[in-house]
Amino acid sequence: MSPASVFVCLSLTLLSDYPVIRVKPDNSGVVTDGVKHSMNPFCEIAVEEAVKLKEKKFIKEVVAVSCGPTQVTETIRTALAMGCDRGIHVEVSGKDYEAMGPLQIAKIFAALAKKEEASLVILGKQAIDDDCNQTGQMTAALLDWPQGTFASEVTIDGEKVKVVREIDGGLETIKISMPAVLTADLRLNTPRYATLPNIMKAKKKKIANMKPADLGVDMVSRVEVLRVDEPPTRLAGVKVETVDDLVAKLKANGTI
Amino acid sequence: MLFNKALRGGVQSVLRLQSTNAAAVAATSSQNAPSTGFCFEMTDQQKEFQELARKFSREEIVPVAAAYDRSGEYPFPIIKRAWELGLMNSHIPEDCGGMGLGIFDSCLITEELAYGCTGVQTAIEANSLGQMPVIIAGNDFQKKKYLGRMTEEPLMCAYGVTEPGAGSDVAGLKTRAEKKGDEYVVNGQKMWITNGGKANWYFLLARTDADPKCPTSKAFTGFIVDADSPGILVGRKELNMGQRCSDTRGITFEDVRIPKENVLIGEGAGFKIAMGAFDKTRPPVAAGATGLAQRALDEATGYALERKTFGKLIAEHQAVSFLLAEMAMKVELARMGWQRSAWEVDNGRRNTYYASIAKAFAGDIANQVASDAVQVFGGNGFNSEYPVEKLMRDAKIYQIYEGTAQIQRLIISREHFGRFKK
Repeated sequence: MSPASVFVCLSLTLLSDYPVIRVKPDNSGVVTDGVKHSMNPFCEIAVEEAVKLKEKKFIKEVVAVSCGPTQVTETIRTALAMGCDRGIHVEVSGKDYEAMGPLQIAKIFAALAKKEEASLVILGKQAIDDDCNQTGQMTAALLDWPQGTFASEVTIDGEKVKVVREIDGGLETIKISMPAVLTADLRLNTPRYATLPNIMKAKKKKIANMKPADLGVDMVSRVEVLRVDEPPTRLAGVKVETVDDLVAKLKANGTI
Repeated sequence: MLFNKALRGGVQSVLRLQSTNAAAVAATSSQNAPSTGFCFEMTDQQKEFQELARKFSREEIVPVAAAYDRSGEYPFPIIKRAWELGLMNSHIPEDCGGMGLGIFDSCLITEELAYGCTGVQTAIEANSLGQMPVIIAGNDFQKKKYLGRMTEEPLMCAYGVTEPGAGSDVAGLKTRAEKKGDEYVVNGQKMWITNGGKANWYFLLARTDADPKCPTSKAFTGFIVDADSPGILVGRKELNMGQRCSDTRGITFEDVRIPKENVLIGEGAGFKIAMGAFDKTRPPVAAGATGLAQRALDEATGYALERKTFGKLIAEHQAVSFLLAEMAMKVELARMGWQRSAWEVDNGRRNTYYASIAKAFAGDIANQVASDAVQVFGGNGFNSEYPVEKLMRDAKIYQIYEGTAQIQRLIISREHFGRFKK
């Protein structure tokens, strides 16, 4: 069974270097209105990897998928312009979108991967706005598929995938059978620009629309956010003249 | 290190295209169909084009612009990259392998590239200028031959009209083209030709009727000249005040033979072709000046929010904040200027009035805004370690090339009286 289709699951996140992200006055979350959103950088890397695998003829079709409000179609379009063949937009908006977390997203991706008989599901390792690092792993668990997370190198070898993973101790190489879930880490590749002609061609590619209910997914969140606070303001440091002073100070405030 | 998508401030107010070929397809996909007639919304495709050009400019042009300015080296690596991404030669029709974009879409791209470096942007824009006479007046053979090759490899071309003795006064051109059998023999000198030393071919305007009483509208002919034709002497690279990485040269023609197949339209049609090209190339030049002004505004604003004096940020002193406010006013209006003129020509209307207004205004404000940016930076602004002195040097040419500020005023007043009398 040579790999047929690869699903790349995209996340729309708050822009990484936007000057100021503010906590809402009622501490229920972060202000997202008016903040520029774009494709999660790790998801870009995931798209690039999928498109590369297609160019090397290991896979036949790359499908870009994303969950969220209408805005996410822009993200899917960018993925199409980078080389994905078609897109699927799972519409989630309003209260459901605000409460949507990795578990709900994983359920959706898992349902889709099963429905469309994907051979590989590639995601970014984590979204840079919430840093959850859970969706990929949960998707694999729900599908009962092997997972290769934090991938910095991916090679398809017959019916198996060799994944080099970046772990705390260094690099770990594993071989997993397909169908499988992979999550992309920073050094996997450098995403390409979508060229102007490809942006124009992407307009003709299809983006299918559906709702979580169509996939039989229950969007109710089991997690309730109690409070969101800004990190404590950084206090000024204290300068000391000598090492002895330093040791004395550290002893005095109980650090050593 | 995550990818930095630089977010530049400023509300992007944009007019929506309604009917050009490329835009018609794009327009149908816009999610914001206006019901009030006038519209400032871009289509999704335009937003993507702008996003691509912006990303390319911020990530690949900005970091190397200062070095190219110092060395004066032709920025071929960047040009090649822009060509690969489809950011160049946007007007070439689809049947010649191009994208057939309208003027508005290409101005969007131009403004973003100019934000990075106007030297690079001018080198790229000179291609569009050189190609425009062929696009509007070339026959199928000429288009396929000379435009087709531009999409197959990253080649440059140039627009050869100006001479040492005639810039604004195009009617005063002295370069002669004499018909001899099936060829024309050209003698003369051109000056200030952008991409002069890098072009694969030139659009050349030369006088074919020696009779001084012959009217301008019949005395000149437009030619396409291969740059490797014997008799073409390329001068030295001129060292200019700004846009220093752009290649500007004098070109001498000594008995250069041009086959009659390379005449555009026919003998005597040249003046009209050369002028017709301007209506399509002035909006992009205005867009370039706007991009430079936006950069100057952004740099000055960033600095004002960091530098402190008299106990507070300089941005909190009204003298500075008012300066920035006026810079912002000028940038926004310059943008609307090029947008209107591009939109008019894309909708099939004669846009001379709007194109001249856009170019004149944008050129003037680019100089004012760049100078003000140096002012905001204070002593640092005068120094080459900071980016604004380059902007001030680069801005000056916008009041000179593509029709001087004075010529634009001549055109605007003439158009204005013409409208008034209706």
